[in-house]
Amino acid sequence: MTLSLTPKRKQKLYVILGLVALAAVAVGLTLYALRANINLFFSPVQIAAGEAPYERQIRAGGMVREGTVVRNPDSLDVEFTVTDYVDDLRVHYSGILPDLFREGQGVVVVGQLQHDGYLKADQVLARHDENYMPPEVAQALEEAGYKPEDFQQKAAEVAKRLEAGEANGDGATSGSY
Amino acid sequence: MWAFINKLRSPKWFYAIGARLQPFFWVAAAALILVGTVWGLAFAPADYQQGNSFRIIYVHVPSAFLAQSIFVSMAVCGLVYMVWKIKVADMAAAMMAPLGAAMTFVSLFSGAVWGVPTWGTWWMWDARLTSMLILLFLYLGVIALRGAFASRDSASRAASVLAMVGVINIPIIKYSVDWWYTLHQPATFTITGRVGMPMEMWAPLLIMVLGFYSFFIALTLMRTRSEILRRESNKRWVRDLAGGER
Repeated sequence: MTLSLTPKRKQKLYVILGLVALAAVAVGLTLYALRANINLFFSPVQIAAGEAPYERQIRAGGMVREGTVVRNPDSLDVEFTVTDYVDDLRVHYSGILPDLFREGQGVVVVGQLQHDGYLKADQVLARHDENYMPPEVAQALEEAGYKPEDFQQKAAEVAKRLEAGEANGDGATSGSY
Repeated sequence: MWAFINKLRSPKWFYAIGARLQPFFWVAAAALILVGTVWGLAFAPADYQQGNSFRIIYVHVPSAFLAQSIFVSMAVCGLVYMVWKIKVADMAAAMMAPLGAAMTFVSLFSGAVWGVPTWGTWWMWDARLTSMLILLFLYLGVIALRGAFASRDSASRAASVLAMVGVINIPIIKYSVDWWYTLHQPATFTITGRVGMPMEMWAPLLIMVLGFYSFFIALTLMRTRSEILRRESNKRWVRDLAGGER
């Protein structure tokens, strides 16, 4: 008995593919309609554009701008600026920060946007990027004059160069991949 | 390709070829997972930011890969079963589902354990985590459907349709980190394109991924073969087999 596509089987195949395609369109339209709500957080640009509601629980995300973290030595209060390198958002927080929190690190802050323009955070979560490297490589990068945010593009590239024994870090072009 | 599908029509052929392939995949799975575990946990360097907690990647990524691949395999088996009425495909799909559900749970659980020290939370309703949770429910739905019908044919058809429609979730999982802002970072480890870690970190990860896939193939071959014997127990060749071994 042969198993090629007889007309009956072909019809069945088309019915199934049609069903799956219809379901895909339905899911796609739903996701498209909900696209703003599926985003976990507002970026500072969106907040500056007035897209985020005031005094309601929202999440905002971005990088901690270097040199903006101000800690109160007598309490757990901390202030810092979250940036997407276009707009900034000032954050006030009181509590324990995650281990990965540092300047130049991606964070998601949960809190309420105040009318004074800052965000009063209840929770600070650290994001990390998709690059991993041994501490020695990270240190070599730093000595070669890279800033933490450069790590994301250049880490893999430079790590490879380090392995090849050319640890001088010269000729670093912009991370094109 | 038609010839291959033709052969699959015979459970006897699958039973025999499975017996030949199975030992190879068991040995590969055991060797790769052992080497990958020791290398990843003991010899790979720690991460510059996360320290040793990054080593969870050696369980988290392979289990997440497998969770998605098994669902796609189930959908393909469902299609082959529905269009060509090949029973072995349905048996294989039925046997894959529990492992897929287990792998989804492992990736969710290991991700939660990883999230506590790095993110500062074990769960967040972001697009990646939520779509992965939906995958777990889809698996549980497929398993439940198979148990919910009195007739095996109805159960198989319902489970196949759910698997084929549910496969829409797979690209959503994969691209969720690119389409939306998520707490979860984008993919480190892709088949094509760059890898965001040095060789001494990704080599054990690659070995673990290959080991997990070997384990999946070996287990599916073994379970499908025993399912063939169970469903075909009144067939002549199975009786001969049982008689011959007695």
